[in-house]
Amino acid sequence: MTPATWPREEPLDERMLVVDPRADSWRDARLRDLPRWLRAGDLLVVNDAATVPASFFAATSTGAPLELRLASHLGDERWRAVLLGEGDWHTRTEDRAAPPPVEAGDELRIGPELTATVEAVDPLRPRLAVVRFSLRDAALWTALYRHGRPVQYAYVARELELWHVQTPFASRPWAVEMPSAGRPLAWALVLELRKRGLRVASLTHAAGLSSTGDPAIDAVLPLPERFDLPGPTVRAVTEARLAGGRVVAAGTTVVRALEGCAALHGGELVAGEATTDLRIDGAFRPRVVDGLLTGLHAIGSSHREMLRAFAPEPLLARAWAHAEAAGYVDHEFGDACLVLGG
Amino acid sequence: MEVRGTAALVTGASRGLGAALARRLAAEGGRVVLVARGAEELERTVAAIRAAGGEAYGIPADVGDKHAVHAIAGAAAAMVGPVELLVQNASTLGHVPLRPLLDTDCEALESALAVNLVGPFRLAKLLAGPMALRGRGLVLDVTSDASIAAYPGWGAYGVSKAALDHLGRILGAELDGTGVRVLTVDPGEMNTRMHADALPDADAATLLDPDVVAARIVRLIRAADAQASGARVEAASWEAAS
Repeated sequence: MTPATWPREEPLDERMLVVDPRADSWRDARLRDLPRWLRAGDLLVVNDAATVPASFFAATSTGAPLELRLASHLGDERWRAVLLGEGDWHTRTEDRAAPPPVEAGDELRIGPELTATVEAVDPLRPRLAVVRFSLRDAALWTALYRHGRPVQYAYVARELELWHVQTPFASRPWAVEMPSAGRPLAWALVLELRKRGLRVASLTHAAGLSSTGDPAIDAVLPLPERFDLPGPTVRAVTEARLAGGRVVAAGTTVVRALEGCAALHGGELVAGEATTDLRIDGAFRPRVVDGLLTGLHAIGSSHREMLRAFAPEPLLARAWAHAEAAGYVDHEFGDACLVLGG
Repeated sequence: MEVRGTAALVTGASRGLGAALARRLAAEGGRVVLVARGAEELERTVAAIRAAGGEAYGIPADVGDKHAVHAIAGAAAAMVGPVELLVQNASTLGHVPLRPLLDTDCEALESALAVNLVGPFRLAKLLAGPMALRGRGLVLDVTSDASIAAYPGWGAYGVSKAALDHLGRILGAELDGTGVRVLTVDPGEMNTRMHADALPDADAATLLDPDVVAARIVRLIRAADAQASGARVEAASWEAAS
């Protein structure tokens, strides 16, 4: 499939492939048609994580350049990070040079007021490190926003600004890449859904990096991710299910948070923060989520594997072949796919 | 709206009404993020709130800067969680001393609109959405009687505040039923640096103490659920009537 190379003007005009496992069929639609495929009593759950400007250019103490991409927040001023060699997003991640060798104790200089000290380097995967920033609290966040750029990939046409990678309901900066299923959910659509008797609720899930250029790291993605499930969202899920409504996740991160939470608590949802390492594939039986709105993920990717928990592979394969032939576009600015039994 | 435990963001918070509001919100148990352009003055205000036992964080930024708003919203939510109360108090007069419109540089009008209207629009756009999904929130924009009365010399400021009033009305209407309220509050004439810049010959004894006004606005915040969303409220007459 061809990637979308830039955000489009009118998200509601973007295409939506509707895959109905119950009817064993697929249909072409547009995002603005979403209310037709949902019904009163359904609950749409979105990820309200804002996207951190997670890419930083830095130099080692000997002046060797590198790029540091934040992968997950470990608390306070500590982050897990992926290190890349000289160059930037114009080069495909898998073609990027290896980072200069670093070891625990090395100081990476990011800006006049900001350094990151390497605390540990993964012995098996030397691009994966734990760093500690030199600032704390509001001063650290202000500096991260000053020096960071959005993580982006070589298929994108130009340098992205931070506003290109935020969903319409972005709140806490927990995601290092945009939770992109929410991107086209314009407020006009959200308010229309509510008017029709659907509920829309949020959770926060720390969406991680989708690619690191290191096959050894990419093979284990997604890394464990943090989420926060608000009490009102737990109640909305319970009420929707009791009333016979469907729980529709806007994006794979929402599936991971809801099913990850249920997996931690014997099938029940419990409000609060936790971390999940759940991997969802065709063998997984969802306990909370009935379907999802997502992107047209590449066959073989962990996101695409997740869809097999919601629809059989032969149907997905047929739908994907159609999307390919019909000119759908993929990746974070691409078209959408709704996998939901009618 | 209950202030205790509420995540609040106050712009123009290093001095005057903004600082007084931040102090009072923190004293009542709010978790407050203060935004202002001047880092040093901001840090002093934040330090004073902390010394008094309040929870406060400072983000030095210009709300009129398009590139700053995501940093403000993101850093604020990182420090105190999803923002539930947004107080948009930062303003600029345009030319000081004030000038009639025919002498007002186009750039001065543009910068007044950037700080007093477009910045608040951008921040509300970023923060009111998550509030609506969570079903709770208040956007409180600080306006002025210059948004209604046609005071000669107050052109850039008055135009921007009139537009801010209407921004609040429309946003309030659009968010009706979501649990998010929008209020625009006219604090009255206060003894602040901005007032001295605009009217240096004014008798300070006739002006309100910003801290007295802040106390009044905090009472209005507590009573916000009883206000029509989108309403423009004069702080003094609201209190007299309630």
